[in-house]
Amino acid sequence: METVLLKNIDSPRSADISEYKKVGGYVSLQKALGMEPQQIIDEVKKAGLRGRGGAGFPVAMKWTFASADPKFPKYLLCNADEGEPGTFKDRPILEKNPHLLIEGMVISGHALKAEYGYIYLRGEYPAAKHILNAAIKQAYDNNLLGENILGKGIVFHLAVHQGAGAYICGEETALIESLEGDKGQPRIKPPFPVNVGVFSKPTVVNNVETLSNLPYIIEVGGEAYAKIGTPDCPGPKIFCVSGHVEKPGVYELPMGTKLKDIIYAHCGGIKGGKKLKAVIPGGISTPVLPPDKIDCPMDFVNMPKNGSMLGSGAVIVMDESVCLVKVCHRALKFFEHESCGKCTPCREGTGWLSSILRRIEKGEGMDGDIETLLAVSANMLGKTFCPLGDGAASVVQNFIKHFRPEFEEHIRAKKCVVNG
Amino acid sequence: MFSSAAIQEIEEIRTKYPNPRAVLLPAIYIAQREFGWLSPEAYEAVADLLGVPKATVRGVATFYAMYKQKPMGRHLIQLCTNVSCMILGAERLLDFLKTAYGVEPGGVSPDGRFSLVIMECIGACGTAPAMLVNDDFHENLTEKNLPEILEKYK
Repeated sequence: METVLLKNIDSPRSADISEYKKVGGYVSLQKALGMEPQQIIDEVKKAGLRGRGGAGFPVAMKWTFASADPKFPKYLLCNADEGEPGTFKDRPILEKNPHLLIEGMVISGHALKAEYGYIYLRGEYPAAKHILNAAIKQAYDNNLLGENILGKGIVFHLAVHQGAGAYICGEETALIESLEGDKGQPRIKPPFPVNVGVFSKPTVVNNVETLSNLPYIIEVGGEAYAKIGTPDCPGPKIFCVSGHVEKPGVYELPMGTKLKDIIYAHCGGIKGGKKLKAVIPGGISTPVLPPDKIDCPMDFVNMPKNGSMLGSGAVIVMDESVCLVKVCHRALKFFEHESCGKCTPCREGTGWLSSILRRIEKGEGMDGDIETLLAVSANMLGKTFCPLGDGAASVVQNFIKHFRPEFEEHIRAKKCVVNG
Repeated sequence: MFSSAAIQEIEEIRTKYPNPRAVLLPAIYIAQREFGWLSPEAYEAVADLLGVPKATVRGVATFYAMYKQKPMGRHLIQLCTNVSCMILGAERLLDFLKTAYGVEPGGVSPDGRFSLVIMECIGACGTAPAMLVNDDFHENLTEKNLPEILEKYK
């Protein structure tokens, strides 16, 4: 497949505007600025574009809500707080193809009649910050950002806002709090950001990869775009694969590519010919799958039917040498560390889950620990302020669901039964 | 007190936001750079310049992992130990750092050369295990190449 999102990234000068223009960059912007905002939203609707941050929300619907709100100014925020463990799909766009994102944001800004945009960039990507700032400056110098873009009277200003190491800021309302200069704790919804977002104005928050689809949608039109991928989830998708595969890395493939094919056909199978033990298909918050569940299309519709989620498309592959109690514990240590502390079920629940898993892993597990883990998880699920707590609870539930004997063996043997 | 260059930098960033309070996170970064860590003087400088209560500045800063609440070594090692790095040997690297440089997570080596912070995924999972040293990514780490890489940071 011809790449759309990772186009030309192997060129050493791919982040430079002249190189980007050489491969057709900013042609779509010219075209889009000649279109009415509603026409762009209609194309995105025809394209069937769904948010690539993990939730898969229809982009045109979100845009329509924000566009319909009479308040001005409106804001477009790019969520570049790529923090979901296992995820490194946005980083190549940010570092190697920043003008694709900028072009996508200006097109989106025009569609939304938004005059201001911010890229909320995670603090852990210092190189990307410099690259984005340089690209933004080039875009201003070339009249692709500013007060009168390409002489068409369109206004769009863009700046990078650097996060400071808080996973929760990937949640859109926490991101907004953080951008406003506060602790990144989620807000109650409604009101939704499309009506009351950053600085109390209508705000659209879209993921890096989502916005980077815009130039191509405008180039080929929504209908042609929708032929890529599956009818319910069209378009290309960046899968980022890590762990025990021969060729880990980023792969731009049609949405709906089977998980099995990603691992075996594209990534060369399990490293060293070992046996596959488990796969986390969409970043650490998504339910783990055993080997007999990987013959499934990776998209927002089929993965939930298969007992997991597409999430960010971050595939973590684990071979037979991995202790899954240890992985589950590490995941919960992460959630404990990243819980923002605002709501009790998450703040307390992640801590208790992590503590119990720690003692099982250390060989100090007790009879009834598995039941306690399940009881705590059940008490968190659906009762937390934002999806972080749900993620933590369902991680534990699914590790136990698919690999319960391994947990029981650890408790019985009072030591790690995988690596001694 | 901030240097005049830092004040100018903060003022310039402030123009990017409609609400001056939004400059708080960037200003804390600049304070950290100027003072080396978020010392009481650093908090005072931010609070005075932005007209935000010190308690608020501190409340915000302590929420975020990348704002440093104690003095740092000359170089900051940020080692990822999340799942993708862990299953490819990050814990062995951590042990190596502890033994070879005498540095503990959250601490500074006795010679003041390195600070070590354990990270929750730095987005280098395809080239795990990985770390950041200051602003530089180092990937595909082994116990062999780790000391060679760190040799550059005096």
